[in-house]
Amino acid sequence: MTAARREQLLSYAVLGAFCVVAIYPILSILLLALHERSDLVTGFSLPDSLSLATFRDAWEEGDLGRQLVNSFIVAGTVSVVTAVLATLAGYAFGAMRFRGSDTLFYLLLIGLIFPYEATVIPLYYLFKDAGLTDSYWALILPQIGLSIPFGTFWMRAFFRSTPGALVEASRLDGASSFVTLWRVLLPQAWPAITTMIVLVFMWTWNEFLLALIMIQSDELRTAPLGLALFAGANRGNQDVTLTAAAAVLVALPVMIVYVVLQRSFIRGMFAGAVKE
Amino acid sequence: VAAPSARGVGAPAPPARRERPAAAAAGPERRVRVRAPGEPRRVAYLYLAPAFLFYLVFAFGPLVYTAWLSLFDWDGLTVGEWVGVENYDKILSDPDIRSSLVHSFELIVFYAVLPVGLGLMLASVIAHSRVRGVTFFRAALFLPQTIATVVVAIAWVWIYAPEGPLNEALRAVGLGGLARGWLGDFDFALPALGLVGTWVMFGLCLVMFLAGIQKIPFSLYEAARVDGAGRVREFFAVTLPGLRAELAVALTFTTIMALRTFDLIYVSTAGGPGTSTTVPSVLVYQEAFVNGRVGLAAAVAVVLTALIFVVAFAITRVVDRDPSR
Repeated sequence: MTAARREQLLSYAVLGAFCVVAIYPILSILLLALHERSDLVTGFSLPDSLSLATFRDAWEEGDLGRQLVNSFIVAGTVSVVTAVLATLAGYAFGAMRFRGSDTLFYLLLIGLIFPYEATVIPLYYLFKDAGLTDSYWALILPQIGLSIPFGTFWMRAFFRSTPGALVEASRLDGASSFVTLWRVLLPQAWPAITTMIVLVFMWTWNEFLLALIMIQSDELRTAPLGLALFAGANRGNQDVTLTAAAAVLVALPVMIVYVVLQRSFIRGMFAGAVKE
Repeated sequence: VAAPSARGVGAPAPPARRERPAAAAAGPERRVRVRAPGEPRRVAYLYLAPAFLFYLVFAFGPLVYTAWLSLFDWDGLTVGEWVGVENYDKILSDPDIRSSLVHSFELIVFYAVLPVGLGLMLASVIAHSRVRGVTFFRAALFLPQTIATVVVAIAWVWIYAPEGPLNEALRAVGLGGLARGWLGDFDFALPALGLVGTWVMFGLCLVMFLAGIQKIPFSLYEAARVDGAGRVREFFAVTLPGLRAELAVALTFTTIMALRTFDLIYVSTAGGPGTSTTVPSVLVYQEAFVNGRVGLAAAVAVVLTALIFVVAFAITRVVDRDPSR
């Protein structure tokens, strides 16, 4: 009994220690951001008084409002369009039998592992030739293409897990494939679809390289791109608190969603671990 | 998951049933032709078309086109010149490009080997003691996965800063002699960035392994105890084989992430000091969009992609080979 108790205490100690390690870096920039800009900050120093002035300055100087809106437009569009297309494709893979389904599915699986860093060169010239670099399109269209493999994979797994008898019964009633999807399957699919939307939204929200390459004008910067440029611009003048405040504000939307929906986040990440 | 679950792809569909007289005779007003379930349906292609259109045009197509571009000497503006495999020769002979590949392999140690090893060890320690508050621990350990890498980079640049928390901690325990600007140091910058990768990946591995151990039948552990196996034997005889699938997923994912590292390095060190933290994806960006050597950049991208495929394939073959299946 005492051995079990000792083991339990050890477990708590180990888990606790690693949780501190996991949270500390985030906490450290939050503490940094709560300082006044004039404070001389080193190491573990705590702010004298809670001040949000640095956040306000970062918001204004970093033009964060506009960047967060840009990120919302891009991530929202990508996740919703991906959800629609991936649900349709996942339905075909999960609930229908057709020639070449294995081959097509393997073709899609490649998309889960290949580095999208290897696609950005042609993408840049493709959009440049179309006169579409420096636009939302240059961020939205490629990221739909990149999210399709995970989304389809995810929805296929869902449609495979639904009882085949349900689809069969609906079809015997004479329902078309679309009516079966719409009336019979979709009502149960919402949890799976929501998880997918949340994950694709997060990945798109956090994306950096594509924005770095495609976006030139200040007004179209996404939040991570704006933040990286803001951090670079403030590196020389030692204004660490300002950069930290901007970083916290950029991370905040996803963190709020994560805290609320962490269960489905983690479940979805395991299924799609290879996409990111 | 791609690796292990790719396995279920070939699973046979339920046997097709030819006729359903009851349904066919349901009534003359029913004009829809009744289809046997499991019968090949051409309408499937219609459902796939939009998704594949986006995937082929904006993801898979560009990947293939990158391979084509890698055979040219092209500055991105004028007409390119066909040079065959010359760009690949350059990759083999250029010391900076070669060292960027070496850096990638060093990062694999930090992104994949360390978190997986550590995760395995801790998961087996924790697995069978009753811990309350699992939801909280899991959420906290998983947090680094959800934060934008740009934000992660900014946080760690601060931690490694000359006046940052790490150096202050070292001074506090009397090791001030070790304090330095970690990311400005030729020898320490890459390991320092690697440890950020360990930080990002560790929680994911631990949470994944804990979930996996829950699925191992407890009777196996009891049998091992009866056989007189100690903790170490038990780990190698029961836990490790039982975590095969999780191990394959974790190793594949973390290794791919190590090879793909871009945001973290671009934001924190931009490949410096010198070229001490340059990795292939940073080279792809610099060569294509700064130096105007598009063909060479494409060749580096192709090598990176090939490397990722080889690693993913190898891990699947070695780790996820379950003799019982």
